[in-house]
Amino acid sequence: MAERGARLLVADDNKVNRLLLARSLTLQGHQVASAENGRIALEMLRGGGFDLLLLDMEMPEMDGFQVLEQLAADTALRDVPVIVTSSLEGITHVVRCIELGADDYLHKPVNPVLLKARIGSSLEKKRLRDQQKALVERFATSAVAADLQQGGFALGGRRVQATVMFCDIRGFTGIVESQGPEETIELLNTWYTLMFEAITSQGGVVNQMIGDGLMAIFGAPLPVADPPLAAVRAALDMIEMIGLLNAERAAEGKTALAIGIGIATGEVIAGYTGTQERATYTCVGDTVNLAARLEAHTKQAGRGILMDAATQAALDGRVRTEALGDVELKGKAKPVAVHAVTAG
Amino acid sequence: MPDPIDRTIFGELQDSAGADFVVELVGTFFEEAPRMIADLRSALAAGDGERFRRAAHSLKTNAHTFGATVLGAQARGLELGGLPSDASGIDALQSLYDSAAAALQELTRG
Repeated sequence: MAERGARLLVADDNKVNRLLLARSLTLQGHQVASAENGRIALEMLRGGGFDLLLLDMEMPEMDGFQVLEQLAADTALRDVPVIVTSSLEGITHVVRCIELGADDYLHKPVNPVLLKARIGSSLEKKRLRDQQKALVERFATSAVAADLQQGGFALGGRRVQATVMFCDIRGFTGIVESQGPEETIELLNTWYTLMFEAITSQGGVVNQMIGDGLMAIFGAPLPVADPPLAAVRAALDMIEMIGLLNAERAAEGKTALAIGIGIATGEVIAGYTGTQERATYTCVGDTVNLAARLEAHTKQAGRGILMDAATQAALDGRVRTEALGDVELKGKAKPVAVHAVTAG
Repeated sequence: MPDPIDRTIFGELQDSAGADFVVELVGTFFEEAPRMIADLRSALAAGDGERFRRAAHSLKTNAHTFGATVLGAQARGLELGGLPSDASGIDALQSLYDSAAAALQELTRG
């Protein structure tokens, strides 16, 4: 039933062709809109809501080849299936259309039976692609999903400059023991929802969830304008959200949550690790270890947010911080300069 | 002289799109085709080969839609032949269009 009731756009400068195609498609149960050149077609597609484009090649203002090029370059539109309907002669035109991303090529005058079959198959392919996209987005973050859709999947790393954040819930074991399992999972889900919101709205990517903790990256896989500032702002939002959550919990007579956040900036090796069947986007390197150690240190320091010197320097005074001096951290040969965000 | 309209193709068009709709579509073709032929003439006068080819291409496509195969073949010749040295090909096209139009008129008369 995938081919029933789709929204289709017909782009053709020739009125007879346009009317006839629209008629055939309407008789097949679709909703049809038409555009008389490529420029108008693109505008309509950008307006959203179309499941498929039927594209003529020879049009004034912007021809079909140009439309295909623009669609391929547009992440929002690149997945809209395109069936080329043309009477241009020569196989080279067909090849060029397919190379530019067209799904199919139908010669004019278009045979209605063939048209129906091709549209059904294109819409079905699109449905599968959409399903796959939704699945990827559920198990990765939208930034990783976008990176995958743009670059495809390949195991292997690259060096990137990024800011890494670790965060976990303080004293979570005690909370788990004081309540039922359903309540614990519900609390974790609420907590993750709030943390994800704070992190992704600053352009960060949560790439690991480990029990009551998470790891996030700012600056990879997609670039962020100012990763250290974005990470610290996200951390401040996270603390604020925990404050709101605690106000609710207090009203219900429940114990308050406390979180610790460690942030470090520097070079990391980022990429997909795992096997071809199951892989995850992650970052490794000294910067990652340092962020994890800083997070662990928040408890002793009695501070919510700790960062390394590189992050603090990059803030350039835009967030108030306080130097805590050099601290011996586990796994670090030399003491490390630690800074805390000044509360308030 | 062969039938200007291939009845089989025209019949298939009526079956798939609906006879009433085909009446409207023929009406649209009668509005558009003379413009395309005029376009051929002005493109020839201006020495604009690309515009000439496009107009011939459009006419070819529409002719084949209605089963006007002889007209379509003449338009195809113009499309692929480059800018001609004189208007004789267009004149021939015009007379083929006239007979195709007369036959279409006959076929769509309610």
